[in-house]
Amino acid sequence: MKKTGAEILWECLLREEVDTVFGYPGGAIMPVYDAMLKYPVHHVLPRHEQGAAHMADGYARASGRVGVALATSGPGATNLVTGIATAMMDSSPIVCITGQVPAHLIGGDAFQEVDVTGVTLPITKHNYLVTSASEVAQVVREAFHIARSGRPGPVLIDFCKNAQFEETEFEYPDEISLPGYQPPQHAPEKDLAEAVKLIEKAERPVILAGHGVLMSGAMKELEIFATKTQTPVAMTLLGLGALPASHPLSLGMMGMHGEAFCNNAIQNADLLLAYGMRFDDRVTGKLRTYAPRARKIHIEIDPSEVHKNVEVDVPLMGDLKTVLTDLIPLVEESEHEDWKTQIAAWRQETEERSIMSQPVNGKLHAAHAVRALWKATGGDSILATGVGQHQMWAAQYYRFDKPYRLITSGGTGTMGFGLPAAIGSWFAHQDKAVWLIDGDGSFQMSQAELSTAVQEGANIKVAILNNSYLGMVRQWQELFMDKRYASTALTGPDFVKIAEAHGVPAKRATTPDEVSPTIKFAQETPGPVVLEFVVEKEDNVYPLVPSGADLDAMIRRPITREPAS
Amino acid sequence: MQQQTVFALMENRPGVLNRIASLFRRRNFNIESLNVGHTDRSDISRMTIVMDSENVDARTVEANLYKLVNVIDVQDVTNQPAVMRDLVLIKVKATPEQRTEIANLASIFRASIVDVAPDSVIVEITGTEDKIEGLVELLRPLGILELVRTGRVVMMRGDHVGIRHTPGANGGRVRSEE
Repeated sequence: MKKTGAEILWECLLREEVDTVFGYPGGAIMPVYDAMLKYPVHHVLPRHEQGAAHMADGYARASGRVGVALATSGPGATNLVTGIATAMMDSSPIVCITGQVPAHLIGGDAFQEVDVTGVTLPITKHNYLVTSASEVAQVVREAFHIARSGRPGPVLIDFCKNAQFEETEFEYPDEISLPGYQPPQHAPEKDLAEAVKLIEKAERPVILAGHGVLMSGAMKELEIFATKTQTPVAMTLLGLGALPASHPLSLGMMGMHGEAFCNNAIQNADLLLAYGMRFDDRVTGKLRTYAPRARKIHIEIDPSEVHKNVEVDVPLMGDLKTVLTDLIPLVEESEHEDWKTQIAAWRQETEERSIMSQPVNGKLHAAHAVRALWKATGGDSILATGVGQHQMWAAQYYRFDKPYRLITSGGTGTMGFGLPAAIGSWFAHQDKAVWLIDGDGSFQMSQAELSTAVQEGANIKVAILNNSYLGMVRQWQELFMDKRYASTALTGPDFVKIAEAHGVPAKRATTPDEVSPTIKFAQETPGPVVLEFVVEKEDNVYPLVPSGADLDAMIRRPITREPAS
Repeated sequence: MQQQTVFALMENRPGVLNRIASLFRRRNFNIESLNVGHTDRSDISRMTIVMDSENVDARTVEANLYKLVNVIDVQDVTNQPAVMRDLVLIKVKATPEQRTEIANLASIFRASIVDVAPDSVIVEITGTEDKIEGLVELLRPLGILELVRTGRVVMMRGDHVGIRHTPGANGGRVRSEE
């Protein structure tokens, strides 16, 4: 049967089991919007295209499915760019569909023409320019396959307006032919044997669990491997939840703001097992002195990540879940008692320094609000964040016992990610409330999306940790630039009034006593709610590995001994 | 300067050259020369890349090339049993009296004169860079008006294959062929 290119797009999206799309209409994508009305798809209208990309990303991370964002040509498409880059760095599977001027006008600087495939080339896993309706089915099929398989990532389809109108015979392709795209699955047996040799010899092993554990769905295999070999597990920011925080072998988060005992364990390890992580500078500190005594095994699906930052002894190329399943029967059970005892001693010292162990002084610290939120939600909520101090406090004090709960921008550190990502995540799990811990800076970058939450009745609970600073930058200015606070003081609006102007119930807490009742208010109020926690203005995130310093050269929280004032 | 040579087979799709150029720019790989063309199959292109190995090794280049969806196979042929050739056209100033001298020089290098104009000739030479440089230096005193080169192209001898640093990077497809 003949269909227009726009209709074929929706036919294909339905076959890819897409039921929700996030997008913003405009001239060059109008035929797609017109055709959409005939199909059972829910469309969410953000207030800025960047929101559409972050929503699709949040949806993808929370659901494990491919998120879809739509935008028009030119500025609509370029507004997606930050969201696409964010998805690229964090390997999040999204498909972005942008309108483009008719094929015969390309290159002529037509109204709202931008070379979008050119602009997005380095920030997409792959992209397409579709100039005729006959290409649509094949391209959409390939795009979804590429986005979700191998190392997932964003794929962009730039869709010329003439191809949206054109009619052609529609046939959904049974097969895709991508001879150059064959992501590895099983690691070669000889490499597995090399890895086993290193594992058997290790006395002080540590597993570094990254986002790949979640992307591959290898949580169970990770736990079986760790338990069998009694190997402690450190997690990256995006790997949180790979192993439950409450698991006896969990070391929590590694890296720049990781637990000190976790970083100590890595620096003193004699074997690192890097599972689906990429030795980002935020987790290694200075490369030359990183884990100097450790041999390294790297299970990784993307060949370009192997030896990129850290030379490893045994790379195991393949899908993490598959490789671990192959590896587990080959390794012997072990105990590593001395090593675990040593780590327990480091952990003890860390806990004494925790802000949660500090004397109560009547001040509202961000950590208190995060911890209270964790308790109130039973740690089960999906939690989105913006980027900055609040994000690190969320990672440190909300304990992730389950995977796919933390929705946060890691690689790019995109401020403003939180609110749209929370809305997108909610569409993946509409039966539950999604929490957002945001900073006053990050929230203001995308607060227009509050209207979207209201329009959609999205059950998101926003907790703004307001310290009236761009806190992370201020912290660095304090520690490394002699407190020269260049442009980090931030005069915010009255967030309660902002929320109320949107018809969103809101409440403010300024003392520790008010925290729990405020959270309760949000939990008991249906639909979106905004909470503002007015927290200590100049709190710092500890520990902190200064940029480029050794991983165990951490700046620690000063121990306060004096009683509460 | 140390050089490395790799070749890549890729699907002949629009923009594939742009993707490779963009990748090299983004990852800060220095290209000395790059040659692209169809193979015997019109849907497959072949690219020969010569790199300055100061800041990058062939393994890294190979692994990054595999990130491109259209790249099918990558082989490192540096120091491998391969035929490596460059084709160069050189336009040299030449009075009618000088033509014979140039023709003699050319024949020593197994080069040939492919065009003759009243006051210039075009010399075509195929070979390794060393051999070509030799001829260029001899022609230079006569006055080189223009010079153009294809960049290096390579082919492994007999049934040799180049080094695949991450066998299996492309799904074990390559391994099963070996």
